Amino acid sequence: MSEIPEDLLYTEEHEYLMPTEQANVYQVGITDYAQGELGDIVYVELPNPGDKFGRMEVFGTVEAVKAVSDLYSPVAGTVVEVNEAVQEDPSLVNSDPYGEGWLIKIRIANPSSLDELLDAKEYAAQIGE
Amino acid sequence: MADELKRTPLFEEHKRLGAKIIPFAGYEMPVHYPAGIIAEHNAVRQKAGLFDVSHMGELEIRGGDALGLVQYVTTNDASRLEVGQAQYSVICQEDGTALDDCIVYRFDDHYMVVVNAANVDRDRDWIRKFADRFGTQVLDRSEQTALLALQGPAAARILQPLTDVDLDAVKYYHFASGRVDGRPAVVSRTGYTGEDGFELYIDAADAVPLWRRLLDAGAAEGILPVGLGARDTLRLEVGYILYGNDLDDRHTPLEAGLGWVTKLDKGEFIGRAALEQRKAAGLTEKLAGFVLRERGFPRPGYDIRWNGELSGQVTSGILSPTLNQGIGLAYLPTEAAKPGTMIEVVIRDRAIPAEVVRPPFYKDGSIHR
Repeated sequence: MSEIPEDLLYTEEHEYLMPTEQANVYQVGITDYAQGELGDIVYVELPNPGDKFGRMEVFGTVEAVKAVSDLYSPVAGTVVEVNEAVQEDPSLVNSDPYGEGWLIKIRIANPSSLDELLDAKEYAAQIGE
Repeated sequence: MADELKRTPLFEEHKRLGAKIIPFAGYEMPVHYPAGIIAEHNAVRQKAGLFDVSHMGELEIRGGDALGLVQYVTTNDASRLEVGQAQYSVICQEDGTALDDCIVYRFDDHYMVVVNAANVDRDRDWIRKFADRFGTQVLDRSEQTALLALQGPAAARILQPLTDVDLDAVKYYHFASGRVDGRPAVVSRTGYTGEDGFELYIDAADAVPLWRRLLDAGAAEGILPVGLGARDTLRLEVGYILYGNDLDDRHTPLEAGLGWVTKLDKGEFIGRAALEQRKAAGLTEKLAGFVLRERGFPRPGYDIRWNGELSGQVTSGILSPTLNQGIGLAYLPTEAAKPGTMIEVVIRDRAIPAEVVRPPFYKDGSIHR
């Protein structure tokens, strides 16, 4: 069983969206399930602050030893911060996907677009847990 | 669906240890255990790792002119082998292209040819076609044989207390028959990691108890069970080729850099005339090693550009866990395959500069030659 925090929103592509202290700014990462499926993550390619993405547009990639996986933006918005620590040490995504292994912070363009995401229960059902 | 996937005698052990299982060469094999590929890789470089490679095929060549048959179907010179010695070799077709790579073992009364899992049936049937003219038998021992690879600088320390074979007397690419934990085993000082270590050919029925015994015995040394993921990163760091990626039936051993096991003057063998011709005409392409000059992960199939032109594809590539650098192999035009040449590897539309180098990429392994 992987960890699926109750208070987050999820995509079908295994990204999560977590509220931050700033209104309309959300932390984005990949789920515990996704990091477990990928195995050891050795390289993370992330965008630059200021880059804009549409909903489910590819914003970067994570590379595990055996596979490369695109990262999809859960919502349309503007990148406000990128986790530089995770680019130095990609294994943070494995060890702490919801904490130190976060990927980007994004300012959401349209708050109502959150409705299109999965809640914890729906995500758990999707991955069969 | 293709044929049902096969399992080695250790399949249930892998599941019990929490391995992630993938299909590979017709088998359900562990790609990694809970420790993960990087930890498993590092365990082999620094301590020890235990691999289940029972999917490999063992062909026994026995009776009549067994040496004659081995010489005829492989490229290396098996007449140089002493009893208890092994050699790396290639099985070629008439046109010189490679059917497989293999290791040839000389026993006192027979030879054993160890081949890749995906090719066992093809290799066996191929060698059998020529068996009659040498009055020999080709016996497929793959199903009844399990193969454990104990690899890493601590391998001998772990194995010696369990075996009556004097490991100091077994040099690199030599082997001895004896017992491990009381069970019959061929103890071979070979491997696919660039580290010191042993491959143990054992009865399939002994695989589970020996696997457990070796993991227990190595626990104090920090041994880990190691899956196919780390097997691939370990072998590529030392530049060992993988049949199906870096050598195939479209390339000859000469292009693959295996001229050192292609003995054109040893006498007649399948593919010799074609290889001689190719050598005389000059090779148009060669398998080359490359190192990325920027961070990136070169994967098999990625395009390679040289002087701005598409010049080949990556055949094997990883982000090296030991060197923390993208490394790989690719067939390149002979002129581009020279060490020092600058090329580009196209990683998702970005051209990453790379330098051609002569493998091994990692040179500090624990093998005692």
